[in-house]
Amino acid sequence: MAKTVLHKAATRGHADHGWLNSHHTFSFANYYNPERMRFGALRVLNDDIVAGGRGFDAHPHDNMEIISIPLKGALEHKDNLGNTVLTKAGEIQVMSTGTGVFHSEYNANTDIPAHFLQIWLFPNQLNVTPRYDQVTVDIESKPNHLQQLISPDPNGEGTWLYQDAWFHMGRFDKGSETSYDVKKQGNGVYFFVIKGKFIINGQELDNSDGYGVEDASHFTIVSQEEDARLLVIDVPLFS
Amino acid sequence: MEPMQLHILAVGRNAEIMTVMHRLLNAPDNWTGVTVTTDEAAKSAFEKEAFDIVLLCAGISPEEETALTSWFKQRSPAIIVKRHYGGGSGLLKNEILYALENR
Repeated sequence: MAKTVLHKAATRGHADHGWLNSHHTFSFANYYNPERMRFGALRVLNDDIVAGGRGFDAHPHDNMEIISIPLKGALEHKDNLGNTVLTKAGEIQVMSTGTGVFHSEYNANTDIPAHFLQIWLFPNQLNVTPRYDQVTVDIESKPNHLQQLISPDPNGEGTWLYQDAWFHMGRFDKGSETSYDVKKQGNGVYFFVIKGKFIINGQELDNSDGYGVEDASHFTIVSQEEDARLLVIDVPLFS
Repeated sequence: MEPMQLHILAVGRNAEIMTVMHRLLNAPDNWTGVTVTTDEAAKSAFEKEAFDIVLLCAGISPEEETALTSWFKQRSPAIIVKRHYGGGSGLLKNEILYALENR
């Protein structure tokens, strides 16, 4: 029997600041649940909707790998590394914050909300030189397939970060089946349903549910809806 | 939900981030925070004031973390010494609450 955690969408922390409507899978800001501090190296999984023209003012981070995945709309990213970049749905950004980065993220549109996932991983190296990267991800033209977004390999598909972690995402037709094998022995896998419904190794998952599995190496993933979307985060486990 | 009255010492090398940390640590009504950028200043503050938690922040190496933790624990075995990741406010409060619950 695999060791698992199931985070149903409705049990997530929630903060509505007016300009920001955020659901927290793990403890974050004013949401504190000691049972939900992290899944291995995965520390933050926020599902954020930012009102038009609004956003996060400049603020610092250090020693975190921060991944932003826009799902709808676009973000304008600015940082003290000299980057001013637009990141829209179909692209992802990764910041290795290392010794420290100040950045802001604003909804690039004034008239429509921006919906994005904000994900933080603990790094496998402290105090690295900060870096920013952004890549295009095409899951629209390749359905029923998990596409690699991020790996530890600077020469790998997608982009990379300072952790033995892999991110995959896919769009699936109803009834389609795919498989996923853990990328590093000892890693756990956290599934987040971006849209739709799935059955993963027999576990039913609905929209915005999270499901972490610590001790399985092979997964069978079956889509239960048309145009269902899934994020797979493969991370080291440590206490 | 704010934790009990807390006096917090934070040491990190990135002065800009420590300025933000100072503001964050002193924002809750029942928290007070002292932020420094050198080990010497951290040790000096620790010998003058009674802290509940020490946070090791941006730029502290694993070796420095080990040495500082040992130094603080020798002088105050019950002190919580914790690496603070993230720099900003997102993790600060719940990491402190968790440390207090699991001291």
